[in-house]
Amino acid sequence: MTAVADAPIRAGMPSLARLRGPLNAAIGIGLLLGLWWLGGRAVADNPDLFAFANFAPEPTLRRLWSMLGSGEVVEMTLPSLYRVGAGMALAAAIGVPVGILIGRMARLREITNIPFQFLRMISPLSWMPIAVMAFDTWDGAIVFLIAVAAVWPILFSTAAGLRRIDPAWLKVARNLGANPFHMLFVVILPAIAVDILTGIRLALGVAWVVLVPAEYLGVTSGLGYAINDARDTLDYDRLAATVVVIGVIGFALDSAASAAIRKFNWVRDTH
Amino acid sequence: MFDEAEMRDMSQTTGPAPADTPRRRVPAGAHVAVRGLGHSYRRADGPVLEAMDFEIQPGEVVALLGRSGCGKSTLLHMLSGLSQPALGEVVINGNTVQGPSPRWVMMFQAPSLYPWMTVAQNVALGLRFTGRSGQIATRVPEVLDLVDLSAFADRNAQELSGGQQQRVALARSLAPRPEVLLLDEPFSALDAFTRRNLQQDVRQIARGLGLTLVLVTHDVAEAVRMADRVLVLRANPGRIAEDVTIELDEPARQGTCEAFQRAHDRLMGLYSRVADIDTAAAPQTI
Ligand SMILES: Nc1ncnc2c1ncn2[C@@H]1O[C@H](COP(=O)(O)OP(=O)(O)OP(=O)(O)O)[C@@H](O)[C@H]1O
Ligand SMILES: [Mg+2]
Repeated sequence: MTAVADAPIRAGMPSLARLRGPLNAAIGIGLLLGLWWLGGRAVADNPDLFAFANFAPEPTLRRLWSMLGSGEVVEMTLPSLYRVGAGMALAAAIGVPVGILIGRMARLREITNIPFQFLRMISPLSWMPIAVMAFDTWDGAIVFLIAVAAVWPILFSTAAGLRRIDPAWLKVARNLGANPFHMLFVVILPAIAVDILTGIRLALGVAWVVLVPAEYLGVTSGLGYAINDARDTLDYDRLAATVVVIGVIGFALDSAASAAIRKFNWVRDTH
Repeated sequence: MFDEAEMRDMSQTTGPAPADTPRRRVPAGAHVAVRGLGHSYRRADGPVLEAMDFEIQPGEVVALLGRSGCGKSTLLHMLSGLSQPALGEVVINGNTVQGPSPRWVMMFQAPSLYPWMTVAQNVALGLRFTGRSGQIATRVPEVLDLVDLSAFADRNAQELSGGQQQRVALARSLAPRPEVLLLDEPFSALDAFTRRNLQQDVRQIARGLGLTLVLVTHDVAEAVRMADRVLVLRANPGRIAEDVTIELDEPARQGTCEAFQRAHDRLMGLYSRVADIDTAAAPQTI
């Protein structure tokens, strides 16, 4: 009875449900812009802060538009993306294999536990002076700092994924004649793909945060440099526009990582 | 349930081969011998298995019946080569088992399918791992047909019921054409009806292919329904206490007739006696 009575209402639901997500997203963006605008007004009305009025949405977005047109945005973003990409690649190349090893070998996990937890808690930026001395190029130092920041989430997430692997999967594979290569690429890596990607997503967040302060030093390109440069030249609308670019790209990277997680996630809803 | 070609294959293994194609014999089951096998996990706990000696003929269906903890799974792991016994050896077709091989395949209580693969990909694994990828296209549909799951080839393994998943696991074990199939209580998580069906199907498939089948169970009815021979184990340490031959024809194994009941009661009697022995203070021999 109730099912029949509900049917027409249910039939009307999907279109509403589909609108709900975008609508809420629009509300969120609207609120953020509104707060920004209010902040801008408050700054403009305050005689002490008057000089910073260009932080308001309107001058910022106008400046952003012109920076997009001139190619300035691409120009300052590419070096940063390269540094983050290289740092992340390095972190994954170390974090995934080491994570698999400590996930597989209890002994190694016990031995490395304290050193790794200790190293993990050191802010990556505290390595900055050492990185600067150890690397010939500023780029090298920045990539190192990003890798140091990004390696831990990848490593720990990989190890945690491995410990959740059903031992029967390994037994079955061994029984069916799998060699170590099969074991790794057919069983282990697909089984923990989501854990690795979750680690990469977390690492990406950390790397993107570390990037900007790391680019304050030495280099003459990238988003961090652009911010520093805008501050030194009192070019506040450019500074605010760069902040917006950093946020948008960070958001896009995170969305890409979460899309990859969705794609590789093999857990089905069981109703 | 049966692939027709496969049925014909079986009937012709003893008959004359067709003139044009020299008939390759259907891979029959292997001979399994257990010699002086003993094992203990921790020295302090004493042996889990002791002085095991038995033989299983090619194509025979043997049930290992025993109480929980008497070492059935341990024994099966050693038959499969997934673990090595501390003492003695397992000999299959004259060769000592040194490790796991797709020629003797073990199936567990849980289907343990790989949830990120389709049914067909799961079934193909044994061929893929052993460098026989060329046979996947023909062999996978063949074994899926054998377990009645042709329609599910491209489904994700998680979308199947427990009984269907166990059938996929069976197909996965059969695909690389094993000579021995080792089952560790593979039906215990299923409902009674599904379990009965699978018990019959597995027996028929194993006999049809001429496989040697070793089945671990603590269910007397399951042993009577499926096995040609039942080895009753006693515990602490695990030893073979009884070796019982079940002489029932196929219809009688459905469990509706008197003959089944008699066999069941006889085995139940032996099983309870063996089970009682290990609770008694002083073990006696029978
Ligand atoms: N990995 C292990 N380490 C130590 N002891 C073990 C191990 N595996 C099994 N045992 C012990 O060996 C004995 C036999 O275990 P096994 O799993 O072979 O029994 P089983 O007959 O299969 O029981 P069940 O019917 O409950 O599955 C038990 O006492 C168990 O506690
Ligand atoms: Mg067991």
